[in-house]
Amino acid sequence: MRSVTWVRSLVPLLGVIVVAVACGTSGAANAGSVKVVAVWSGQEQASFMAVLKPFEDSTGIKVQYESTRDEDAILRTRVAAGNAPDLAAAPSPQLLTQFAKQGKVRPLNDAVDMSALSSTTSAGWIKLGEPLNDGKLYQIFSWAAVKGLVWYDPKNFSSKSYTVPKTWDDLMALQTQIKSGGTPPWCIAVASGGAADGWPASDWLKEIVLSQAGPDVYDKWVAGTQTWTSPEIKGAFQTFGQILGPNDSNVYGGKNTILATQFGDVGTPMFANPPKCYMLNQASFITTFFTSAVPSLQAGTDFTFFPLPDINTSFAGAHVVAGDSWSMFNDTPQARQLIKYLTTAQAQDIWVKRGGKLAVNKQVSLDDYPDPLSKLSAQILVNTQIAKYDATDNMPTDMRNAAWKGLLKFISNQGNLDSILADLDKTQKTAYTAA
Amino acid sequence: MDFSVLLQDIPTLLVVILGVPAILAAYIVGGELLVRRLPDKSRPQVRPWIWVGPALILVSGFLLLPAIGTMFQSFENNAGSWVGFNNYASQFADFPQGGAWVAIRNNVIFWLIFYTLFTLFFGLILAVLFDRVRYESIVKSLIFMPMAISSVALGIIWIFMYQYSTPGEPQVGTLNAIVTFFHHDPVVWLQDQWPSDKFNLLNNLALIGAATWGITGFSMVILSAALKGIPGELLEAARVDGAGEITVFRRVIFPLMMPTIVVVGTTLVIFALKAFDVVYVMTGGNYNTDVLAFRMYEQLYTAGNNGHASAVAVILLIAVIPVLIFNLRQFRAVEARR
Repeated sequence: MRSVTWVRSLVPLLGVIVVAVACGTSGAANAGSVKVVAVWSGQEQASFMAVLKPFEDSTGIKVQYESTRDEDAILRTRVAAGNAPDLAAAPSPQLLTQFAKQGKVRPLNDAVDMSALSSTTSAGWIKLGEPLNDGKLYQIFSWAAVKGLVWYDPKNFSSKSYTVPKTWDDLMALQTQIKSGGTPPWCIAVASGGAADGWPASDWLKEIVLSQAGPDVYDKWVAGTQTWTSPEIKGAFQTFGQILGPNDSNVYGGKNTILATQFGDVGTPMFANPPKCYMLNQASFITTFFTSAVPSLQAGTDFTFFPLPDINTSFAGAHVVAGDSWSMFNDTPQARQLIKYLTTAQAQDIWVKRGGKLAVNKQVSLDDYPDPLSKLSAQILVNTQIAKYDATDNMPTDMRNAAWKGLLKFISNQGNLDSILADLDKTQKTAYTAA
Repeated sequence: MDFSVLLQDIPTLLVVILGVPAILAAYIVGGELLVRRLPDKSRPQVRPWIWVGPALILVSGFLLLPAIGTMFQSFENNAGSWVGFNNYASQFADFPQGGAWVAIRNNVIFWLIFYTLFTLFFGLILAVLFDRVRYESIVKSLIFMPMAISSVALGIIWIFMYQYSTPGEPQVGTLNAIVTFFHHDPVVWLQDQWPSDKFNLLNNLALIGAATWGITGFSMVILSAALKGIPGELLEAARVDGAGEITVFRRVIFPLMMPTIVVVGTTLVIFALKAFDVVYVMTGGNYNTDVLAFRMYEQLYTAGNNGHASAVAVILLIAVIPVLIFNLRQFRAVEARR
């Protein structure tokens, strides 16, 4: 029968496969590899690759890097499927904390040299890496950014003889002064590609809550025990409303431009001639976007910043900071080596020199910052009196997304504030128990 | 493109390239050998199952069992304890703006009606008109081309089409360039909830327009095939009897194409109900453009709430089932007529 010879011909083929499998697994004794997932792409990915290069060269370990803007979904799926990456860096630590609660990430106390870490990294950052308060370190921070910086073009300010505001009242007065000159004072842009729309507006809100209502309210707000309808949070929205002006008239282009412009393009109108706005509020990373949009811009002469003035002087020097937090899903020797490397000044220094990030490691010299501005923000990071981690990033994801959406609605129509806050209270009731 | 990653794991590569076909061949040959050993009579009863078997196993393993699991999960909270209809109650809470209502409205009103009608309308018009020109195949290929684009790329393309710049600045978005050419203020297509945020037609239509552009080729090609199937004598007879072209279309072509139009239409209804990618890429469900499939995704991945996500999935499934049954029946009727 023909089919029988068919089957017989398959036998040697299967034999070849078995041999190949056996050879493949026994051979190739290299230094191994680490699978890493993070959000950096484009310019940022190039910087991260530059950080990895000396590590790969010296250890022979290959880093398989995967970049995604939808990290929550990717990590949840992969962890649920038992196919987690070895390491992941997340700009929002909430998900990593959730994995820590579920026992999906490994404590790092043995992986990193704790005494070395505490001598090079300030206690605040280490504390942030112990979200369960059980003495176990689940996250380490490699790079950070200071939020609440108001960027402006000093040439524009001097030509109109505007002065940098020292107090909140100064800022309000400056805002009115600029507006009376016929130009809206602010540029704001909140689009971020679909699901993350609205987060840049939440930066405003967080700064205002921290500086106006203080760290205790801020912590309760993060923990879900401070309702959104409470006078403190409602007051913060109203203060943000003063920045936006009636019908968003303090902002270039009004609500349409705010909602439809990508956050990275926020600065472009400010550098137009004549300027179409005079100030914008964004974290220190925004300089990368300034210079990639207008390559001729020089830090210091074409753009610089002042920290957002204190609203309530009893909480002076309060700042929201953000950082890239790392967690380890698979405890492999290669993963340990990489995470250890990422805490070192050597590794962090590489990205610092390339611009856009501030090092968490104190041994990174302030002289390594590529321009006076990042040096200045690094100083602010070191000298901040009340440092708080990004509030919305530390809320459950459901709450965070609802907050972003609520801010979009607030910008669309400030008159709906009460119903927006009531909706957020509803989400708050379920979001903290669901996960 | 760096394909070196493929070579890192040679055994897996070999198993995939050689092993999978080998096993398939072994299954077919082995199954056939088995059938030949059976008595002549029972062979016709057994043989179909051997061929259908793998598909059945795959469908039940990857579709049926998970679907049943999802139904159970929709009655549970995240900890896995029974909560009755609570997950559904929260989806149906606060009509008309709370829970899943916005998503339900967008799916079963905006998407279902406009997406289906637009696609059918354009598909039919294009099929009928291009039937009469010499360069038919070229134009049809062009219209069909968006089908080859991944829906994420499609979303990105249309983000650029709808791009908004502040009035007075150069409008880089195609649509706003046209709009401002006629001295109208640029429109924020994806954010503008005209006429009101309770009934935001404009931005939903903007999304539906993008999706329609991607799928029109599909409906055009099938309708065109049906059109070609209409015997020429019929049309000729109608013309000889003095029917004008519009009458021929209305009284002869359209009725004969009806079964195909219904099949394409119901397929499009299913597409409309499971719309996801365009919304995910272009608005992220903001500005009241949420749809059920995206809500399910959000509940599952960003909120980490399996119960709610399962409830939304079941609602979606229940919405699709009648259409599915109708579609299958219709399809069979068309086949029977052939």
